[in-house]
Amino acid sequence: MTIRQLSVFIENKLGRINEVTKILAANNINMTAFSLAESADFGVLRLIVSDVNKAAEVLKEARFGVSLAEVVALSLPNTPGALSKVMESIAEKGVFIEYMYAFSQGDVANVVIRPTDISKCLEALKTCDCQVLTESSFA
Amino acid sequence: MIWNPTKECMNAEDKRRLQGERLRKAVDRVYHGVPFYRNKLQERDLRPDSISSIDDITKLPFTTKQDLRDNYPYGLFAVPMSEIIRLHASSGTTGNPTVVGYTRRDLAIWSEMIARCLSAYGADRNDIFSVAYGYGLFTGGLGLHYGVEHLGATVIPMSSGNTAKHIQLIRDFGATALACTPSYALYLAETMAKTGWPRDDFKLRIGIFGAEPWTENMRKEIEAKMGVNAYNIYGLSEIMGPGVSHECECKCGSHIIDDHFYAEVIDPETLEPLPYGEVGELVLTTLTKEGLPMIRYRTKDLCSLNPEPCECGRTSIRMSRIMGRSDDMLIIRGVNVFPSQIESVILELEEFEPHYMIYVDRQNNLDMMEVHVEVRDGFYSDEIKVMMELKKKLAARLHSVLGINADIKLVEPYTLERSEGKSKRVIDRRVLK
Repeated sequence: MTIRQLSVFIENKLGRINEVTKILAANNINMTAFSLAESADFGVLRLIVSDVNKAAEVLKEARFGVSLAEVVALSLPNTPGALSKVMESIAEKGVFIEYMYAFSQGDVANVVIRPTDISKCLEALKTCDCQVLTESSFA
Repeated sequence: MIWNPTKECMNAEDKRRLQGERLRKAVDRVYHGVPFYRNKLQERDLRPDSISSIDDITKLPFTTKQDLRDNYPYGLFAVPMSEIIRLHASSGTTGNPTVVGYTRRDLAIWSEMIARCLSAYGADRNDIFSVAYGYGLFTGGLGLHYGVEHLGATVIPMSSGNTAKHIQLIRDFGATALACTPSYALYLAETMAKTGWPRDDFKLRIGIFGAEPWTENMRKEIEAKMGVNAYNIYGLSEIMGPGVSHECECKCGSHIIDDHFYAEVIDPETLEPLPYGEVGELVLTTLTKEGLPMIRYRTKDLCSLNPEPCECGRTSIRMSRIMGRSDDMLIIRGVNVFPSQIESVILELEEFEPHYMIYVDRQNNLDMMEVHVEVRDGFYSDEIKVMMELKKKLAARLHSVLGINADIKLVEPYTLERSEGKSKRVIDRRVLK
């Protein structure tokens, strides 16, 4: 019930993100979600892509530092309070969130969550009005 | 076995008295035999009778490799050529080669030194040594050769080259000991494995490795691949050649043959002697050498000294592994920093690739050091927090070793130069106004 998120280590240099997107495009890999975490001298690009194994392989070949992490992806109704309920259930289970990113359009809102405890998080989500997405949802 | 217990296990007080007496004679020899030294001593108002104990050594001037070059070829010899019975020379890749000369007594002492080393490695007259250091101008081959003979063991003068033949002879002649460089030993071990000959066909049990710096990891690798006990031997031609110091069965530092060579460790910048345990430049004085005596010769090799008696029973002072060369030293905020210290910290941490680059800058009159490293595949993370922990871990380790803060910059894979050996690892961008 989790999906694998690809992370790419990038130095703060002009054009590095563009390099990543170009390589993925050249290999016909689609990006569904994309977030950039930054520190003073480097950033970590987090990606949900159509073919995570291939993406990791081609980026490694291009000499990027990559890693894979399990994350939980949800689809929620795009209504006020929908996310609030989800967050409440997760908090009740004592699960911390390392980071998350989200985007909504039309009727649905998609959220990517990196919890400290994946299984507890998934358990909490069972009681919520949301759909937990799998990798096949993005292929 | 201890070859010469009287000298090797002498108590500290007797040793210092012996060293003091010998130093005075050595100063007397150079004062009367070498104009270069006489001038330097006279400039400092020193005469042989200025030396009343070994502690007076700090009054004496240093000698450098440049002094040897400037007095090429025989200017620093303290005896007429009629007394010299052997010459060796360094390659001299940068300028004149350095030429060293030995009297008959020098060679006898050298042979005894090597016999002491070989005994400390557990060898005796029943052993058969393959000496695979180069025979010729280099001191390694002939130095070991005569030492093995002095011990009473058998020497196979293999010299270097022709690895296949060498392996066959090690097997056929039943060699029990091997002397060569550690890097050649690794190559030999791999080639031995490729022959497919069973290990039982070989009788090798002792490895004597030196003439280049090596690490504890290399020792483990050689011992595992070759099935020998691997021991360090240290020396330099300017002082004598191999055998200036040697490990014993404890493998915890190399015993300096300190009845013949007096060792000091100095701060390469201030030239002040450093306390025991601190890393600095090794300075050696020959106490008994006749042909080419050396007074406070700056080896440029970095190590520390340990005066504690060893478990093996020897009381001679021990030196640590060579940690680098003082030629590479940086001074950052007044602290001496050797790139090799930074390298050893990085090599210890599995999270990083064994490559690095050091940048030194001066910002607002303060020296700043930045160390660039690559994270090893498998240690990248999606979490900034985890990546920051990697930086902190390295910074903390560097601080504990160097005593100063370094900024760590994580760089992308393969952005640091890969070439081995003499690649440029330090960029000093400080502009002093």
